[in-house]
Amino acid sequence: MSAFSAVKILPSPPITARSTPKPSFPFVFSSPSSPTAGGIHRPAAAPLSSSPRPLRAVSSHVLSNEQRVASHSHQDEAEVTREEALDLYEDMVLGRSFEDMCAQMYYRGKMFGFVHLYNGQEAVSTGFIRLLQPGDSVVSTYRDHVHALSKGVPARAVMAELFGRTTGCCRGQGGSMHMFSAPHNLIGGFAFIGEGIPVATGVAFSSRYRHEVLEEASPSGGLDVTVAFFGDGTCNNGQFFECLNMAQLWKLPIVFVVENNLWAIGMSHLRATSDPVIWKKGPAFGMPGVHVDGMDVLKVRAVAKEAIERARRGEGPTLVECETYRFRGHSLADPDELRNPDEKAHYAARDPILALKKHIIEHDLANESDLKGIEKKIDDVIEDAVEFADASPLPPRSQLLENVFADPKGFGIGPDGKYRCEDPKFTEGTAQV
Amino acid sequence: MAAALQTAAPLRASSNLGANSERFRFGSLLRSPAGRKGSLLVVKSDGRHSVGFNTRLRGGNLIANAVAAKSEASAKSTDSKPGHELLLFEALREGLEEEMDRDPRVCVMGEDVGHYGGSYKVTKGLATKYGDLRVLDTPIAENSFTGMGVGAATMGLRPVVEGMNMGFLLLAFNQISNNCGMLHYTSGGQFTIPIVIRGPGGVGRQLGAEHSQRLESYFQSIPGLQMVACSTPYNAKGLMKAAIRSENPVVLFEHVLLYNLKERIPDEDYICCLEEAEMVRPGEQVTILTYSRMRYHVMQAAKTLVNKGYDPEVIDIRSLKPFDLYTIGNSVKKTHRVLIVEECMRTGGIGASLRAAIIDNFWDYLDAPILCLSSQDVPTPYAGSLEEWTLVQPAQIVAAVEQLCQ
Repeated sequence: MSAFSAVKILPSPPITARSTPKPSFPFVFSSPSSPTAGGIHRPAAAPLSSSPRPLRAVSSHVLSNEQRVASHSHQDEAEVTREEALDLYEDMVLGRSFEDMCAQMYYRGKMFGFVHLYNGQEAVSTGFIRLLQPGDSVVSTYRDHVHALSKGVPARAVMAELFGRTTGCCRGQGGSMHMFSAPHNLIGGFAFIGEGIPVATGVAFSSRYRHEVLEEASPSGGLDVTVAFFGDGTCNNGQFFECLNMAQLWKLPIVFVVENNLWAIGMSHLRATSDPVIWKKGPAFGMPGVHVDGMDVLKVRAVAKEAIERARRGEGPTLVECETYRFRGHSLADPDELRNPDEKAHYAARDPILALKKHIIEHDLANESDLKGIEKKIDDVIEDAVEFADASPLPPRSQLLENVFADPKGFGIGPDGKYRCEDPKFTEGTAQV
Repeated sequence: MAAALQTAAPLRASSNLGANSERFRFGSLLRSPAGRKGSLLVVKSDGRHSVGFNTRLRGGNLIANAVAAKSEASAKSTDSKPGHELLLFEALREGLEEEMDRDPRVCVMGEDVGHYGGSYKVTKGLATKYGDLRVLDTPIAENSFTGMGVGAATMGLRPVVEGMNMGFLLLAFNQISNNCGMLHYTSGGQFTIPIVIRGPGGVGRQLGAEHSQRLESYFQSIPGLQMVACSTPYNAKGLMKAAIRSENPVVLFEHVLLYNLKERIPDEDYICCLEEAEMVRPGEQVTILTYSRMRYHVMQAAKTLVNKGYDPEVIDIRSLKPFDLYTIGNSVKKTHRVLIVEECMRTGGIGASLRAAIIDNFWDYLDAPILCLSSQDVPTPYAGSLEEWTLVQPAQIVAAVEQLCQ
């Protein structure tokens, strides 16, 4: 029994009074107090919590002959204009090319440590982030390069950060797992899984606070939205559940996006999770839960649009589970031996970039040469980013102590009665603090 | 039993000043012990100004005892004195309220801070005044609401996160260490975290091991964090305000047994410097460094010591991270003998770091090894007698000073 056969949804799920009745509302939203709350999630044929089928080490149902269930969002809904489609295409190609270049640079010894690449998951980042307005925020995990790029952080800044140069978006102090950009409202980049979710909840809280207490109007016309990205492994972490509770309790303008790529390093999602269906954990807290095909950028975008607008209107959070896959290992240090090659082949065939390309060509939104042009443009951007990063200086010694405290008086008062930060050696980075 | 004496009654202070008082900021003010010449005693938080009359003026500083003794003068003329009297928890609230009035971005988060008014009533009445969003009652999820505070701080709010007991903040250690401490740095300075994390800690009265934790030292290594401990209503309000105004993440340690201390504090706006230590009792012979509740044990011991002819200098270090090496250093240079008295455990405690810092910086000025009196490395027992022996008591302090001054 696979995780996703449970996603067989009844054709017309009852929508409670709390949700805005909309004919195309794709979200499953059941009131926690409703006696049929469990019923919504039952597949038409068999009850959900039926006799447990033997779990296999391999996670995906795709290797069985079971029918894959269509995502609840309408497949035909994916109407995009030419500009939108090309923007999506460009963003995904940027993400893919950047990550491929990262791998190259890593093996050439230009960047070190833990580098987690996003190949294969581009549809999620592009699908969500390209819909956001400048005042909206993104909070990510260690797999954050592409989130940064989609949010608008220049490729140069990200590459320089990875090279540990002072021109990086975090002055070389953060690295691969700590991408931050205040002008783009990208708030991390977190190395420990789950720890970004409370931060995202706080960002969403501040959005509501600014609106209600400080009475500042956002240019977006509603509340500034926060999108929190995290993986399947994080969904077993306490912080996830605590924040689902608080976000729904206070109707915070946040979208929780689960990038379920079925694997947490070498731990299959099925082996780690008692109930592997993540999206239905949303309704358990009173918020809508949606499942979407994370390899299809248009489907992701349709769901994202709804979730973001819900949050902006002040209706509260949504939990979106994106079924996706990472083509590479967990990190560049991961030998990736546990995943079945057939599973990888299956998802490689569902490459989101190829899928969008196919869609664009079939719907006559652009032709091959347009797309080739975009790819060439991106190649240039990436090359330029590498050159820039290579040419950038390493941080000098004087930078060492600069950002430990926002107010460097926090280093204290030295024996001579002066603040440590007033010591000339402090700016050289050699002060004894 | 000495212990009973100093823990039994709420410590009280009353103000009684001589006529030629300048603008003063003062801590507790008490009658001198019988052995002295009946002078009125006042302690300055900075030890710089002298007020009133005293036969033992030393460089213009007056001697002070923080422990309540019978203050004959307290009954008279408190009304004409400047300032107003309040208890420590009220001082905290006053500081918080003033900052919330001053800056609408200051908000409070924690368990039972809103409708309940705070488990120690520090936030009483604030929810009614400022609303449920500004004084946020959180569910019981320390790690997550502390992280929420961090997230809100990155976007410009100035949250004050209350741990109902500082021990509960162990659950938030991830967020405090990783995010409060590090986020400013890993973001290359792009985001600041002007958060204040506060709450009562320390050993109370038979509250059991988990509610009686002395965990200042657990946080002290976290880079990017500042830590202060308040001990009087005056510095409680001052430190609260300074912490809120600071752009750095600050952990403000309060003590369960000090909330009912009464003191007269100024009406005008003031803050206490976060990085400075407080001169409690100037002296010449030995430097006693302490903080939070142990200040009162030290002052109790100081009474005895003074009677025996010793002259201890008592400094409330207040800033646990970073240490005020200037005030401490000046004292060491004067007395050449150091005793550290803390409520922390011996192993890895604040005293251990302080000792190292003093040795590193002032080794040549020391005439004797630095003595450090810390609490026992045991979980705080429930039984009253065992609990008493866990902590440093005034008699031990007296003995240590005598040993140091041999």
